[in-house]
Amino acid sequence: MTRTILIDPVTRIEGHAKISIHLDASGAVSTAHFHVGEFRGFEAFCVGRPFSEMAAITARICGICPVSHLLAAAKTGDQLLAVSIPPAAERLRRLMNLAQIIQSHALSFFHLSSPDFLLGWDSDPAQRNVFGLIAADPELARGGIRLRQFGQAVIERLGGRKIHPAWAVPGGVRSSMQPDDRDWIRSRLSEAVATTQGALELFKRLLDGPLAAEAGDFGDFPSLFLALVGPDDRWEHYGGQLRLIDSTGAPVGRDLPSDGLSPEQLDNLLAEAVEPWTYLKFPYHKPLGPEAGSYRVGPLARLNVCERIGHERADRELLELRQRGGRVVTSSFHYHLARLIEILAALEAIEALLDDPALSDTHVRAHAGVNAREAVGVSEAPRGTLFHHYRVDSGGLIEAVNLIIATGQNNRAMNRTITQIARQHIQAGPAEAGPGDQLPEIAEGLLNRVEAGIRCFDPCLSCSTHAAGQMPLHVQLIGPEGEVLRERWRD
Amino acid sequence: MSVRTLRIDGRDVASGEGTTVLEAARDAGVAIPTLCHLEGLSPVAACRLCLVEIEGSNKLQPACITPVSEGMVVHTATPRLREIRRTVIELLFTEGNHVCAVCVANGHCELQDRAVDVGMDHARLPYRFPDRPVDLSHQRFGLDHNRCILCSRCVRVCDEVEGAHVWDMAWRGEHCRIIAGLDQPWGAVDACTDCGKCVMVCPTGALFHKGDSVAEKHEDPSRLAALLQARRARQEAP
Repeated sequence: MTRTILIDPVTRIEGHAKISIHLDASGAVSTAHFHVGEFRGFEAFCVGRPFSEMAAITARICGICPVSHLLAAAKTGDQLLAVSIPPAAERLRRLMNLAQIIQSHALSFFHLSSPDFLLGWDSDPAQRNVFGLIAADPELARGGIRLRQFGQAVIERLGGRKIHPAWAVPGGVRSSMQPDDRDWIRSRLSEAVATTQGALELFKRLLDGPLAAEAGDFGDFPSLFLALVGPDDRWEHYGGQLRLIDSTGAPVGRDLPSDGLSPEQLDNLLAEAVEPWTYLKFPYHKPLGPEAGSYRVGPLARLNVCERIGHERADRELLELRQRGGRVVTSSFHYHLARLIEILAALEAIEALLDDPALSDTHVRAHAGVNAREAVGVSEAPRGTLFHHYRVDSGGLIEAVNLIIATGQNNRAMNRTITQIARQHIQAGPAEAGPGDQLPEIAEGLLNRVEAGIRCFDPCLSCSTHAAGQMPLHVQLIGPEGEVLRERWRD
Repeated sequence: MSVRTLRIDGRDVASGEGTTVLEAARDAGVAIPTLCHLEGLSPVAACRLCLVEIEGSNKLQPACITPVSEGMVVHTATPRLREIRRTVIELLFTEGNHVCAVCVANGHCELQDRAVDVGMDHARLPYRFPDRPVDLSHQRFGLDHNRCILCSRCVRVCDEVEGAHVWDMAWRGEHCRIIAGLDQPWGAVDACTDCGKCVMVCPTGALFHKGDSVAEKHEDPSRLAALLQARRARQEAP
């Protein structure tokens, strides 16, 4: 007899999802599925809109990473106008993307994931959240909250609002930076660096101690990694080249330009598979196929793909990461460490940008009509490489849209990760397990570990986070005929 | 010109003959919300937002085309009128596709402002989500029928001020919409002088500059009155 365990909803992620764990007749885990039941429809309802509105419309996909869609849409628009944007505009867009990486990574690490690390996998779920963290370690919690606030404030100073600033447009950005904004950002940098370094030291101590097991068995498998990479193989988040590597670090295919990536190049590179049990697609490297061509994106992919970050303190941390996990780090648990390293890298990159006199130039927008009918825009969202692909008519009305989202590209890896964790932590029950009390007991903390496998990837399923102070969890054991064998609620 | 005395919301008001109730009220400092009305253009009483109650009449009258008369007693903000105005705004929102968050006119939209004025925090009527096109055929401007409230300001300004008469209303009822020329793509209409006055007077984001993104339309329709005054002054100059 086979059974299914459902974790619904998965908590402390951005969006709504559930996990089902399928047990075979012996009570052992056969497989686990990550289900995303939301349907958004952006690719359909954007058809017929002017492409100049796409940045503002697609930013509404998400309240956590609106800047990512804003930039990918604006970059696609640049290609449709066929213009080179003013140098100040590129720097300002970079500055906003760095702020976005900081605020999003801070949210993932401090607010959503660190309660597991600091309070314990098996701690009381009512306390295992950011409020429990505030009670247990107020300094760390305050630092994390202020770090996210710093990133949000930079976005607000540049774009006029923290969430959904319609600031990046085809051809550049809508406003230049004010001198007092530059001074304010500079004044907050040292505190942000200190917070990040403190969190790094703390997390590395945990990795050497209580989290050593998780670092080993949380989604450690070979896969491809895709990310942008800058000149001299430096860490990149906005432009540069698109590079795919395998788990030995060897490039797969040739680098592709992120600016001016043609629809044909994208079509030759990636394809999207679908499964009947989730709305989230499964992009894969087309030449290698759905299984061998499955790849990971995001902080760990960016750090794996680059040779160096190009900033002193972050490079030291990158070296340490590679000492722990090898030149290409394959354990998904190290996404957390990669995220902290990227916060440090982003802070150092902001520091360097603020010293660039070109940042203050007031010419920030190029104007043109529709000069290309089809284009692709690529940018690095906090969760990974983001593609926008539009086709327009001669006036600029959208005829077709395809969005390839970072979280989708990690979909296969997320499913592999939770299956691996479930197999490790949910032991086989009695071979003749029948309905009711003969089923193996499944501890809440073990289910939390399965959820945590998903949190490694910081998936962004839409705009919402779970309700504060509450971690509703609904677990069902379902028999082969669909009957509920055992049910457990946590609220 | 003879003077008419009347009472608006309890205030004694004296106005010249031929003045509308709307003008008299505004002169007296009584605000009556409007949408289709614009100083400098002929009134059409299309939006029904300026309806007022006049004692002795069972029918509500649009203030923008009702002339003042001696002894008239006008009420502009009774509970009944407030309910009607809110309903009028809700009807406008639900019969088109007005998505402020991604609209070029967000923050500079008269429909949005009136919705705030009448206290519309939600629509009590079901949204219709009509399927309406966007015309980007003009080199400089765009027309989004989703955001059009059929106020006809563009029709009037093009005819009465620019003299080009590019715009008209076509079809009936829910199919009613603005057309350029003889229902041609805007960019194909030779009569258009590309002056942009229609964009300037449009109260919403229906007419806009191509390339504008959200909240980038900062037109000020009241500029029309200043423009016409300057034109008259020039014509009357010796």
